[in-house]
Amino acid sequence: MVEPDRKDPPIMAIDRDGLDALIQCLAHDGYQVIGPRVENSAVVLGPVAGVADLPKGWTDEQAGGHYRLVADGRGEDGALFGFTLAAQGWKRYLHPPRTRLWQAHREGRSWRVEAEDAAPRYAFLGVRACELSAIHVLDRVFDNGQFTDPGYAKRRGGTFIVAVNCGRAAATCFCASMATGPKAEAGFDLALTELSDSASARFVVEVGSRAGAAVLTGIPHGPATAADIAAAERAVANATAQMQRAAGGREMVDDAAGVLSRNVEHPQWDKVAARCLGCGNCTAVCPTCFCTSMEDTTDLSGDVAERWRRWDSCFTLDFSYIHGGSVRRATASRYRQWITHKLSYWHEQFGTSGCVGCGRCITWCPVGIDITEEARTLAESEGRT
Amino acid sequence: MDSAAPSIRLPAGDPMLPRLFRIERVKKELSDTFTMEITPADGGPFHFRPGQFNMLSAFGVGEVPISISGDPGAPDVLVHTTRVVGSVTAAICALKPGDTIGVRGPFGSHWPVEDARGADVVFVAGGIGLAPLRPAIYQIMADREHYGNVVIFYGSRTPEDLLYRHELQRWRGRFDMSTEIIVDRATGHWGGRVGVVTKLIRGGGFDRHHAVAFVCGPEVMMRFAVETLGECGVTGDRVYLSMERNMKCALGFCGHCQYGPSFVCRDGPVYRYDAIERLFNVWEV
Ligand SMILES: Cc1cc2nc3c(=O)[nH]c(=O)nc-3n(C[C@H](O)[C@H](O)[C@H](O)COP(=O)(O)OP(=O)(O)OC[C@H]3O[C@@H](n4cnc5c(N)ncnc54)[C@H](O)[C@@H]3O)c2cc1C
Ligand code: SF4
Ligand code: SF4
Ligand code: FES
Repeated sequence: MVEPDRKDPPIMAIDRDGLDALIQCLAHDGYQVIGPRVENSAVVLGPVAGVADLPKGWTDEQAGGHYRLVADGRGEDGALFGFTLAAQGWKRYLHPPRTRLWQAHREGRSWRVEAEDAAPRYAFLGVRACELSAIHVLDRVFDNGQFTDPGYAKRRGGTFIVAVNCGRAAATCFCASMATGPKAEAGFDLALTELSDSASARFVVEVGSRAGAAVLTGIPHGPATAADIAAAERAVANATAQMQRAAGGREMVDDAAGVLSRNVEHPQWDKVAARCLGCGNCTAVCPTCFCTSMEDTTDLSGDVAERWRRWDSCFTLDFSYIHGGSVRRATASRYRQWITHKLSYWHEQFGTSGCVGCGRCITWCPVGIDITEEARTLAESEGRT
Repeated sequence: MDSAAPSIRLPAGDPMLPRLFRIERVKKELSDTFTMEITPADGGPFHFRPGQFNMLSAFGVGEVPISISGDPGAPDVLVHTTRVVGSVTAAICALKPGDTIGVRGPFGSHWPVEDARGADVVFVAGGIGLAPLRPAIYQIMADREHYGNVVIFYGSRTPEDLLYRHELQRWRGRFDMSTEIIVDRATGHWGGRVGVVTKLIRGGGFDRHHAVAFVCGPEVMMRFAVETLGECGVTGDRVYLSMERNMKCALGFCGHCQYGPSFVCRDGPVYRYDAIERLFNVWEV
């Protein structure tokens, strides 16, 4: 019998020990717990065994072509989630940089093909609202109504998600104008808001699924007080306010999809191409960029073949290669393809924007090319005519 | 909701896995082009629509998109005509009868053969572009009384590059279709026409107000063909063409084949011209 979901599950609270217990409990349930940790002066995602592994006391400073970790100066009371985004997103777990699709063994003049079926079971700790949206974008890409990627479906289906709402936006963030954040609204098992202004270091916890509720029962928790809930709302409101353009924040222009589709021919493409190095960093860090290539290999005997899928980037010349030469030879046409796909074509393909406003492509572009500024330049040039 | 994870349908079959086929016959067409007949190792017919393609795998070398060039009315054997241009096509060419090839497909959109009933049908082919059109020609000729004039305009670089030579000769001998051939450059004893395929289009032989055109060849050739067809009164809503883009998956997952908002592997390769007209004339899409 299916129990109806309660409309408003009660809002709970946990402290740092509770969070530590949550990590242990997920590990005990067989999940590989992945969360943020500091490595090489950046917050990255990796296995976490407890609260001690989290980036306590660090915030990040991000701008076009710039990333730096800064201590929040609060010592032992430092926030665990005071940074905004890890350098690379969850894509690398759900849609890994390299995956083997199958293996084949030569048998006489025939072969036997074996599918790949092992899939890890992940618990993601610290998924931001924009990243949750990005995961939903990938869900549509890999289940497109005609075909389903079985590897993605297996990895995704087994994943437990602990979202963490943002109480602070980086200078590169613009999720508010993409309607993807800064608060996680759905699609999580549990969602936390860190109350870093309270000395007792608590988290307000929202339950998003039965699985989330079940895990919560196994760890020390209590009801959130009205003051906790108000503090959580203030935190999210603070992040939203920081993204307002009027207040020096960042926003995507209105109707970016229309702007891009109307400006396939535009002098700005050559201007941005003069700066773009074609390095593909933007596609590697983007949580929704999904393009891949295939590589077939054989072992030394030549009797075992494998097909591997690896991330690819529309910024490479090879990407559009057909006999006779690449279709997109100019950097201008490759940049145009990328941004137009993100902001416009994606809507037609998947019914949603391909950009969730995480700002990573801005931060990790070596020359600081800014997707919001490029879209704005096109939009403003329309106004002038 | 039990868990926040979506219930993504697990597919009945893994679309990434090739099905194994046995090479039955290999026929050399041109110095660099061959036609291969293959049958499924696990038996059964292979149904497809004219214009669709398969992803063909050579063991350990790679996988490439190749159009189906056989008769849709004879699904017991699958036919592909391939030009050797690189590593994968060379590896496929090296296969002998009795060897095994991996096949995924059929994929993509098709020539709207049934919808063209009642109309004149104009085929415009350039080079190896005749291969993806051949299944449509077979289907129409098997259902001949339902169509008006059937006209084939075929252009190739030299007489040595003409594909399906015996078949062309047979078609030329038929009274219920017209087959016209032109080469860019005459060599040897060529006594036929010299020039570009648009010259043949201008020669007419079809009802300009009701003809439907199926065009396949290099992109530049298709550009000129579409323009000339337009000048001859065959409007964009009656012109279909087959686009070519790099393809790695044919499932909509790899992103390589994107053509504006569409995926050539799923929305194409056959497009009605007026649907892509806006992009067709933009540089490097
Ligand atoms: C829908 C469709 C139908 C096709 N039908 C035929 C056909 O019937 N007969 C035929 O001979 N050729 C056909 N082609 C072209 C054929 O796929 C390429 O010639 C082939 O991929 C070249 O692979 P290669 O490894 O031998 O060459 P390389 O030049 O070594 O290619 C390297 C890689 O680039 C990609 N690539 C290169 N050329 C093309 C191309 N033209 N189209 C797509 N990807 C390419 C492939 O992924 C290939 O693995 C078709 C292409 C498409 C998209
Ligand atoms: S395009 Fe840039 S801002 Fe948008 S989701 Fe990708 S990396 Fe983030
Ligand atoms: S936009 Fe920036 S990150 Fe992306 S390819 Fe160009 S230089 Fe590299
Ligand atoms: S070939 Fe991979 S998306 Fe079309």
